[in-house]
Amino acid sequence: MIRFIRAFHNGVLEKELDQIPIKMRPKDGVSSRCCIYHDRAVIKYHLMNLLGVSCNEETDEAKLLAEYYREKAERQSASQAPASSDSEGNPCQHPLSVCEAACSECPGSRVVVTGNCRGCFSRPCMYACPQKAISVVDQKSTIDEDLCIKCGKCISACPFHAIVKTTVPCEEACPTSAIHKDDQGHTTIDYSKCIACGNCLAKCPFSAIMEKSQVLDVLLALKAGEKLVAVIAPSAAAQLPGTIEQLFTAVSRLGFYDVMEVALGAEETSRHEAAEFKERMAKGEKLMTTSCCSAYVEMVRKLLPSFLPHVSSTPSPMMFTAEIARREIPDCKVVFIGPCVAKRIEAQRKGVDFVLNFEELGAMLAGQGIDVISCEPWKLTRPAIPSARNYCRSCGVTKAVLEEAGDLPEGFQLDAKFIDGIDHKTLAMLKLYEAGKLPANFLEVMSCPGGCVNGPCSLRK
Amino acid sequence: MKKVTVEICCGTACYLLGSAKLLTLEEQLPEEWKEFVQIKALPCLNLCESAKLGAAPFVRLNQTEIMPEATMEKVLARIGKLVNRDDD
Repeated sequence: MIRFIRAFHNGVLEKELDQIPIKMRPKDGVSSRCCIYHDRAVIKYHLMNLLGVSCNEETDEAKLLAEYYREKAERQSASQAPASSDSEGNPCQHPLSVCEAACSECPGSRVVVTGNCRGCFSRPCMYACPQKAISVVDQKSTIDEDLCIKCGKCISACPFHAIVKTTVPCEEACPTSAIHKDDQGHTTIDYSKCIACGNCLAKCPFSAIMEKSQVLDVLLALKAGEKLVAVIAPSAAAQLPGTIEQLFTAVSRLGFYDVMEVALGAEETSRHEAAEFKERMAKGEKLMTTSCCSAYVEMVRKLLPSFLPHVSSTPSPMMFTAEIARREIPDCKVVFIGPCVAKRIEAQRKGVDFVLNFEELGAMLAGQGIDVISCEPWKLTRPAIPSARNYCRSCGVTKAVLEEAGDLPEGFQLDAKFIDGIDHKTLAMLKLYEAGKLPANFLEVMSCPGGCVNGPCSLRK
Repeated sequence: MKKVTVEICCGTACYLLGSAKLLTLEEQLPEEWKEFVQIKALPCLNLCESAKLGAAPFVRLNQTEIMPEATMEKVLARIGKLVNRDDD
């Protein structure tokens, strides 16, 4: 990625794009997959995604990267707006796609007996199996796959740890079962279920899930001299070297017109959310949930629309910050920088111009040779309050809202519960809440365990 | 045992590509080496500019020796050699 950006600044990107895969995996070098040719093919797809073209958009395999670049640059100079929100549900617009060339097509999840089986004669596995799927053949336990329901009871019963469950990392990580294998064994994403939480992106050990980037759009816009305002999520702390203030200076040196903290918007979010909570409770409502996590909102929209009335209608910190930026600098474009995939969808839907992640930001800085720890600290016009900067940690939103809510009517409490990381059970839980099994009257939902600081595109985990 | 200085480049590229992890080097040092090893974190050493030197992250040992693609294991192994060297 650094190479890509360096080439852009030297004005040779178009010329060198198609050579990058070869230069990165030269003839006598080492390969990380089966051979350098496979590596090169995958690098090409990574570059394509960096150009803002997802794997789903590829129609002609022979098309050169330089052509994609030219198209993008022409569109930019003609200042055509990128595809608008009416394209929702179109897999080409979705930030995530599966790169078939990189996917190892992991075998489906199974329970298997390994060589550690000693063929013991008390046979705890056989007795533990509720399906009677285990028998002993040649002194070894054998599982009948037609009968096995993958409950895992035999795994815990075996005293030799001889039985294991093989998993498919992306399928295991996906909270909504949106990623799965089609009839031919190719991994595909069901975009009607995908909430863009980014878990599969973070968990695939083959890096086969790719994220459509807007880094080129931002580079081109900066080069064209557009007024871009970077709004940086609070989770940026400790992602890159130096202090947050030094990072802000570094970002402005990339050519951004101004740099703002998303925590400023978070202050607004807390204020509105606290007011909204009081109002709703006064009306006799029983439950309100937070709305700042885009993946969660996406999940409710796509999979449980009937739950939407419980989701706070308060805009997220990103949206409030964009509003502040546009108020102060009317003709600017807003670039959100954070660790999140789902924010790309929220941005697309609600009109934030571009989204970058920390890796892309780091590559932009490194590509331009900006050394963050040698930068002067940035003078914040007004530093955001600590509770707003703490939005990126689980429970932080609730704390901030509680602070803002102040005195509640007599005999009334804000009783908070948390969903700290959306997983396979979350949807079922929300359905229970909807049916009236209330956990509390205020529910904070964070798609990533621990909050945004552990976002899928976070650099330090 | 001989003295060793370890300078870790914390330029943006080095930091992203792994020098952030190397900053915990001190914790990883065996007790007996600790008084001989001096660790410094420095701003960009400009080593990444030249393709000849190899790839980031860079570590500089004893002011002269440059190690490209530094990892914790590589650095520790090299420090081990240097503290126990018996030249001069």
